[in-house]
Amino acid sequence: MEVLKNLEIPSHLNLIQSFEYGADAGIYKLNDNTAIIFSADFFTPVVDDPYTFGQIAVANSLSDIYVCGGKPLLALNLICFPKKGIPREVLEEILKGGLSKMKEAEVLLVGGHSVDDPEPKYGLAVVGIAHPEKIITNKNAKVGDLLYISKPIGLGILITAYKGNLFNKETHLYNKMINTMTQLNNKLAEIMIEIELKCATDITGFGLIGHALEMAIASRKNLIIYTHKVPYFKEAKEFIQMGIIPEGDYQNLSFCKKNAKIHPKVSEENLILLCDAQTSGGFLVSVPPEKREIFEKKTKEKNISIYLIGEIKNSEDECPTVEILP
Amino acid sequence: MIEIIDVRGLSCPEPVLRTLEAIKKTDKETLQILIDTETSKENIIRAVNSVKWKILEVKKELDSYRIIITKHQ
Repeated sequence: MEVLKNLEIPSHLNLIQSFEYGADAGIYKLNDNTAIIFSADFFTPVVDDPYTFGQIAVANSLSDIYVCGGKPLLALNLICFPKKGIPREVLEEILKGGLSKMKEAEVLLVGGHSVDDPEPKYGLAVVGIAHPEKIITNKNAKVGDLLYISKPIGLGILITAYKGNLFNKETHLYNKMINTMTQLNNKLAEIMIEIELKCATDITGFGLIGHALEMAIASRKNLIIYTHKVPYFKEAKEFIQMGIIPEGDYQNLSFCKKNAKIHPKVSEENLILLCDAQTSGGFLVSVPPEKREIFEKKTKEKNISIYLIGEIKNSEDECPTVEILP
Repeated sequence: MIEIIDVRGLSCPEPVLRTLEAIKKTDKETLQILIDTETSKENIIRAVNSVKWKILEVKKELDSYRIIITKHQ
């Protein structure tokens, strides 16, 4: 982050990962068998149902641990909520929703902190563990790896359209959107650990291309993404045509245009979709070709949707990038 | 009289929704929209095109934009 650039951040021999290359969790080696993973995330409501918002916020917070190949163990609630103006029951529902997801993930809620704030916010600080040799980062993409994502994109645009009442709770689209955002990334993480994958990132605020660019730079490789292979909510494309595009997507798009190599046949609409900020999004996983079969088999067995969208190539330039093909 | 839709100070997707609503309701052939962010400008241009209206002019006025749109292609 820009504001951190002038700070002198202390380092340590046991520190496996700090916030370089956009990492969302810090990882510290305790001994040869255990590293602790520490992360926090919270945000303003994305839907008006408090219980569902709580579930989404927790799924999103836990994802930062899962994507490192970790198992989350303990969590603290991070709460901003006004003392007056919104009924206390709303906060109770948010926390109930959050706790339901922590139970599903077998994470222990051990406390939290709340601040009086006119604009509600909720999320978690989470501690998890992993084996130091099995840490997954965005630095380990290798030439020839295949790129998969695990959730369709377009969630940021759908959230904006939902806030504008362009669809309601009674629709199939609402259910699909909620199911996607409340879905934990735990089962995918278990498979990634089991078959010893080394490289992944979660797709959140910078959109697919933003996080792919971080992986390209961290791994010093080029990521090739085939637009027609990327799964998305088809309604999101309709909303893009209507001009229902959140501000953050324009910032992501501008960053993408400056840093990615974009094939002239990729439409502006598709680019916006590829840059759409996700909330509780899926993972972008780099899979060595020899592990492709087992990865696809195990995800199918556990009923996890994954989509092959690209591959890793050598970076010919000094500055690695993402090549976006039609 | 010129019909002006002032969506300054509103955040996404409100400017687009108000513009589309005004287009639906109006009996005028030309409308002006006042906006104050780059995001609203881009979004409204898309929205106007999606309902087959045409952008006549986008004028920068200090810290805002005035978009003039017409029914006629």
